[in-house]
Amino acid sequence: MTDTAISVHNLTRRFGDFTAVDSISFDVAPGEVFGFLGANGAGKTTAIKMLIGLLAPTAGDARVAGLDVVKEIEEVRRRIGYMSQRFSLYEDLTVLENIALFGGIYGLTNAEIRTRSSSMLTSLGLTDDLVGRLPLGWKQKLAFSVALLHQPAVVFLDEPTGGVDPITRRQFWELIYAAAERGTTVFVTTHYMDEAEYCDRISIMVDGRIATIGSPSELKQKWGVPSIDELFVRLARPS
Amino acid sequence: MTATLRAFIVKELRHILRDRQTLTILLLMPLVQVVLFGFALRSDVRDVRLVIVEPQSDYATLALRARLAAGRRFKVVAVAPTMAAVEPLFRQGKADIALAFEPGFAAQLEANEPARILLAVDASDPNTGTTMQAYARAVITAYESELGAQRGRPVRIVPETRMRFNPTLESVNLFLPGLIALVLTLVSALMTAISLSREKERGTMEILLVSPLRPWQIIVGKVVPYLGLAFANVLTALLAAWLIFHVPFRGSVTLLLAESLLYSMVSLALGVLVASLTGSQRVAMLVALLATMLPSSLLSGMVFPIASMPPFLQAVSNIVPARWFIIIARGIMLKGVGLEHLWRETLVLAGMTLFLMALAVRTFKPRVA
Amino acid sequence: MNLRILRVLLRKEYLQIFRDKLMLRQMILMPFIQLFLLSSAATFEVKTANVFLVDLDKSATSRGLVDRLHASDRFAVVASSASMNLANDALLSRDAGMILGIPHGFERDITTTRSGSLQLIFNAEDGALAGVTNSYAQQIIAAYARELGTEMRPIVTEAPRIEIRTRGWYNQELDYKDYMIPGILVQLLTLVGTLLTAMNIVREKELGTLDQLNVTPLPRSAFIAAKLIPLWSIALAELALGLMVARWVFGVPIVGSITLVFFAACIYLFVALGIGLWVSTTVDTQQQAMFISFFLILVYLLMSGLFTPVRSMPEWAQLMAELNPVKHFIAIMRAVLLKGAGLMDIARPLVILAVTGAIALTFAVRQYAKTSA
Repeated sequence: MTDTAISVHNLTRRFGDFTAVDSISFDVAPGEVFGFLGANGAGKTTAIKMLIGLLAPTAGDARVAGLDVVKEIEEVRRRIGYMSQRFSLYEDLTVLENIALFGGIYGLTNAEIRTRSSSMLTSLGLTDDLVGRLPLGWKQKLAFSVALLHQPAVVFLDEPTGGVDPITRRQFWELIYAAAERGTTVFVTTHYMDEAEYCDRISIMVDGRIATIGSPSELKQKWGVPSIDELFVRLARPS
Repeated sequence: MTATLRAFIVKELRHILRDRQTLTILLLMPLVQVVLFGFALRSDVRDVRLVIVEPQSDYATLALRARLAAGRRFKVVAVAPTMAAVEPLFRQGKADIALAFEPGFAAQLEANEPARILLAVDASDPNTGTTMQAYARAVITAYESELGAQRGRPVRIVPETRMRFNPTLESVNLFLPGLIALVLTLVSALMTAISLSREKERGTMEILLVSPLRPWQIIVGKVVPYLGLAFANVLTALLAAWLIFHVPFRGSVTLLLAESLLYSMVSLALGVLVASLTGSQRVAMLVALLATMLPSSLLSGMVFPIASMPPFLQAVSNIVPARWFIIIARGIMLKGVGLEHLWRETLVLAGMTLFLMALAVRTFKPRVA
Repeated sequence: MNLRILRVLLRKEYLQIFRDKLMLRQMILMPFIQLFLLSSAATFEVKTANVFLVDLDKSATSRGLVDRLHASDRFAVVASSASMNLANDALLSRDAGMILGIPHGFERDITTTRSGSLQLIFNAEDGALAGVTNSYAQQIIAAYARELGTEMRPIVTEAPRIEIRTRGWYNQELDYKDYMIPGILVQLLTLVGTLLTAMNIVREKELGTLDQLNVTPLPRSAFIAAKLIPLWSIALAELALGLMVARWVFGVPIVGSITLVFFAACIYLFVALGIGLWVSTTVDTQQQAMFISFFLILVYLLMSGLFTPVRSMPEWAQLMAELNPVKHFIAIMRAVLLKGAGLMDIARPLVILAVTGAIALTFAVRQYAKTSA
């Protein structure tokens, strides 16, 4: 068990002639909130999919929670949580039914499921309704909580706050901080550059490569820009 | 046609052409089906498996056996002394018909007493059951008159039979117009229903409504590309019918194409109507299936003759567009008639199109609840 | 541990199925609608053929024949004329299905030469129908000829006669319904087994919930089992409903053992579900899933002897039919329901089904594992 939560080395993914992810390397420390930024089509989603085992790398390797994502994928899956860009809980099941489902899949005991369900309902302020009936913000928060249900070591969030109002976004980040405080590593992609400022460290992907990586303050100083927004525009603009 | 509408139609066409998978399915599968079914679906009865029950064999039973075995209709699969052998053969599906002679058959004939034969037919399929029976009877009766002809001279009436429009009684000539109708219905009605309701579900329909397009233009724009597709299907099906199956084309091909186009429009209108009235893609699919495919295949006269249906269903079949198209298609292809005999049916189809389209435009709800 | 995960998944599946009110309603209605429609519409029986009479003889003999045709209830003279052209027109415009042409001198020919001829012209658009009508007509004509023969020479020794009795087994009233209904039940099972399975799995793909599940430590086998088992049970429920409707609403006889029917259905479902699973691996949207399933099902059904007998098909098609699980299942259903066949009687098709099912399912599962990372 190494001391990095995520360790990526020359990770590459090609689709025929097209190289979506071009030999990226980086590390994420345990308990870090890591922002994975990039323009649309830069390769973020492909990279994340490789890290969570939905896509096989063409070359290179990655370790999540100390395990190889290709060779030890089954073990990796037990230790990670995922919240996809598209809402992917079951809309025709209730909140509790969704929790019971994923809890069962992750091997939680009935007692554990019961306790965590009720605490989740309380902390989110939800009633046990059909998930499809919840407003968007609540759905996102629920999906996030379910991703954390089994207390994974690393949680991957793909654009978790898309389309959500600013207040809900703030609440969301409070949840993220709380998780990080408990020791969970949070790997998040986002389009909102102000959210980038909330992260411990960020990286910016351009055309399949990592253009820069570091803490927000480091990067602003290094590149001489007042905000991450500026930095992003400068790096991600097509040359 | 306004420039807006034209641009819209082009966009719809691009949609369809880009979805390679669906496109392949839509163009290829109907063709495959037409060819497959054209070759395989027949209702003629051949190679009937015959069991002979012969308590005593004599010259007459042997003669009849010989006559039955000659020719391609019957295949003698077993000869047994009693009826007991028949039951298991029927149950296992190894025989279709049993012919039992009474003991002393030839003696009865000589004495001019009725010589009895029992024909036991596996009538689970009553249609083939009747036909097999008729074939067997024909052979027996021929033998009977032969015997008689050797003794005296009975009266013979010789019918000269002509089967018009389909001299070889080819099943494919019967099925093909119906198959074309079915394929057209599938593409036109089903596809439109699903595509429209999918847009509704996704909400992209709202964008259209904000545009300068009026509802009827939206419908037309959606429908025209599928019309093109349906037309392509008709052409391929007809080509297959002509080249592969040598289905006759006694009438005007142009008229047939025009009528096919008309039928496509009815189906499209139906598809649009279904989409207008339903909420989600899945509902649209189920309703479209029920309301278009089922009647088109069962109540249209494609396989089962309308004249054989109970009066209630005959009445219902009047509102099944496929029924009218099949009459038209058969008329043109097999009989070579033109509009002078088909104007009634054409009018019905045209009327249906207008009615359904009007209804569809009226009830077009662009938003999902 | 594995069983627990399965239970959790099954609970989710059943919850989703029973919450889908629309689908449930459809499932319940379908047997009724289909059974009703198919059983009423599916018959080739000729009620009455419309005859256009062109009687150029107008003699007692010719009228006698027409009377016999009329008396048989299967023929009705709807028009008569001396013009063959009008008769042909009637055929073209479908006012008549058959022309009976009796030439001038018919009676004279029979009395002098003991032989006469006439014309039967059929509208053979519908070949089968024309064939059946023709054989009826020929029977009546032959009987009439015999009658004339005895009338004319009553003293002469009788000619040899063969008396034919016919019995239809298994379907006394020659009810086409009894023949069709086992096939319809098979069609229902196939729709549920293949179409619904494919749609169900592809829906998860489309919605993105499949990805969510793939990220969890959920074993693929548990996922597949949890998808197939509920659909399997629903298909069997449909079968039960269909059988009840067939028996009590339409009076279809159930001669054989119901247990055997369900046993065969269980085996058949392996094939149907396997195909549904396979389809779900090849498509991305529900729309495509529906189309492919539907086309596949249509091909299977039509080539299986549901509407047209397998034995009428060309050799190559009959060979294909041997590989068609639907064909075997329909044969089993008909044998058991209509003829009371026992296990030994249907052993052969049953084994074929079992083997096909095992192959289909294995192949489908393998394919699924391959295409879902």
